[in-house]
Amino acid sequence: MLRMLKKLWCYVRHVSGDDAYEQYLKHHAEFHQATVDAPPALSRKEFFKLWQDSKWKGINRCC
Amino acid sequence: MNKNIKTMLWVAVALLGAFAVAGIALNRGESINALWLITAAVCVYAIAYRFYAAWIAAKVLVIDETRATPAERLDNGRDFVPTNKWVVFGHHFAAIAGPGPLIGPTLAAQFGYLPGTLWILIGAVLGGAVQDMVTLFFSTRRNGRSLGQMARDEIGVVGGSAALIGTFLIMIILIAVLGLVVVNAMKHSPWATSTVAATIPIAMLVGVYMRNIRPGRVLEASIIGVVLLLLSVGLGGWVDHHETLRSLFDHDGLPLAYGIILYGFAAAVLPVWLLLAPRDYLSTFMKLGTIMLLAIAIVILRPDMHMPAVTQFVDGTGPIFGGKLFPFVFITIACGAISGFHALIASGTTPKLLGNERDIRMIGYGGMLLESFVAIMAMIAATVLEPGVFFAINSPAGVVGKEAVDAIAKINSWGFAVTVEQMQQLASDMGESTLFSRTGGAPSLAVGMASIFGSAFGKELLALWYHFAIMFEAIFILTTLDAGTRVGRFMLQDLLGNFNKKLGETSYTPSVILTSSIVVAGWGYFLYIGVIDPNGGVNILWPLFGIANQMLAAIALCVATGILVKSGKLKYAWVTGMPLIWLVTITTSAAYEKIFSADVRVGFFAAANDMAAKLSAGTLPTDKVAVAPQLIFNQHLDAYLTMFFVVVLWVVILDMVRLCLRYLGGKPVLKLSEVPHEPSRLVENWVRD
Repeated sequence: MLRMLKKLWCYVRHVSGDDAYEQYLKHHAEFHQATVDAPPALSRKEFFKLWQDSKWKGINRCC
Repeated sequence: MNKNIKTMLWVAVALLGAFAVAGIALNRGESINALWLITAAVCVYAIAYRFYAAWIAAKVLVIDETRATPAERLDNGRDFVPTNKWVVFGHHFAAIAGPGPLIGPTLAAQFGYLPGTLWILIGAVLGGAVQDMVTLFFSTRRNGRSLGQMARDEIGVVGGSAALIGTFLIMIILIAVLGLVVVNAMKHSPWATSTVAATIPIAMLVGVYMRNIRPGRVLEASIIGVVLLLLSVGLGGWVDHHETLRSLFDHDGLPLAYGIILYGFAAAVLPVWLLLAPRDYLSTFMKLGTIMLLAIAIVILRPDMHMPAVTQFVDGTGPIFGGKLFPFVFITIACGAISGFHALIASGTTPKLLGNERDIRMIGYGGMLLESFVAIMAMIAATVLEPGVFFAINSPAGVVGKEAVDAIAKINSWGFAVTVEQMQQLASDMGESTLFSRTGGAPSLAVGMASIFGSAFGKELLALWYHFAIMFEAIFILTTLDAGTRVGRFMLQDLLGNFNKKLGETSYTPSVILTSSIVVAGWGYFLYIGVIDPNGGVNILWPLFGIANQMLAAIALCVATGILVKSGKLKYAWVTGMPLIWLVTITTSAAYEKIFSADVRVGFFAAANDMAAKLSAGTLPTDKVAVAPQLIFNQHLDAYLTMFFVVVLWVVILDMVRLCLRYLGGKPVLKLSEVPHEPSRLVENWVRD
């Protein structure tokens, strides 16, 4: 039961983008740490700005 | 053994579904239980998803699980991200399900519950869900390219431009009609107006919280916002009883329309994080929550539907909108059965998140089935009302008369029982001064929902439930309005950028103000006309929107059919060709009637001529004389706009047919723009957190 609730909570966080920054850090560590002159990861605030702006560039709401 | 049980299970589902469909189709009694509709819908969806969708995925599209998706190949951690399929499903559904599937079925209920229900089920299963799935698939195979780009790459420049223009115009009409629905819900209702107004500062507060106070804490901010929204519904009741505050929020349609136009402009110019993005979070949470609540309430309560299966208005004399059952039920219900707008979501945003091609069936086909189910619930909420009450709320004053007594007499003459006292009692139960002539679907849906929620969770809170439902619809109508205006602005800036580089820059302030003004003026004009039109405006705008939306769907199906033929799958081209032919039939015949019909309630020219004749003969009442010239001009404009839609549609179709004939004749055609196969590196059990 507790595990189910935990899973549901993870899902809600994921779907709403609440954990987008953590996902980004994971992605950054995985793909960009290998190179020496890799840019440092963005701060939470900077990332959220970019993420939100790119989300609202195209058509993402319908009738 | 296991296989036998499965077969038996599916046979049982098929039988149950057939039984339920036959039950609702053949019932001619007084009323029928809503559970029949739910059962029929669930069985039809299950069968279609298990067999038809699976067959399309395996045989027609030939989905390849081992192929890397754009999200995997182009992963950048931001817009291209391989994402858990349930999360993509959530995003996709939140994007496609707007107010459309709630409004369309409510309006179409004037024909009775049966025609709309059958079209929602059949249209979704054979048309809408297929369109969404194949568009998602083709876009995934093309790095998430948009519908317009795919049309250009696969059919040619003509198809591409047509899709672009179609998208822009549909946006303008859609926003106008949605704005009108909100205005009709807020007209002389201080409670509704103050609650809707309160959503603006609440959204801004949430925006600032997410951006600056606790950056990126989306859930915290949303929970605070939702609580504030619920409080604002209660607060609206207090405002309604307050002498001075009440008058601040008690307005005619026109000032409210100006307010919405101003608001739309502000929302398009202000940064997204301040208003648009936080409002979208709130509306998504409200939407999902309320739809779930409605489903639970319907299952617990199993209400009876009081609307007849088929009403006499199938002959074209309906009070909400004129026009016969064919083709107008198919135009009125677009979202919920087949909606071209979805093709814009299925190409673009969603394919960039898709981790594996095998999820296309669930997200594309399944997502549309869920939206179709929302439409079925809207149909139930509209038809649980007594038909007399339903028509009293939805019939415009221009049809039934301004005075309650006249309206009631007119509705009684159609054979639907309702009394003035009954309507007064209902209005005071709902905390409103009147419920007459609130055309547009939102108020009658709110009354339906309030009575369902009221009987499931307590009757004494009816007024709260009603205004909660109004707030819930208004908040995501306004989200569509904001987002649509913004997208229109981007499209216009993109276009102007071809002539002047500076104007094409999305952050160049003069360009932002210029293009936002043009877009807002576009829908603002139609909204204004809709509000001053004594026939309610919905009568004109909703069919126009339906035609535009179905036209876009036809363009998407054209692109898909063209690609299928070019891939050497002529024998499967009927999968998209069949809904395409149906859409072309209904849009063309609806457009023909809207333009050429001699019935003044259907034909644009007929209405314009009729009004011009009355104006020159001096038989119009004085309040109509002032607005008559504008209405006449608008009827002409609508007629030409409809003509334009049909011409665009046929140009794309002929272009697609030309392409197919060339291909089949062995002549050179535009090459398929599919990205070459690359094996997926994500193993079977890739992280599905």
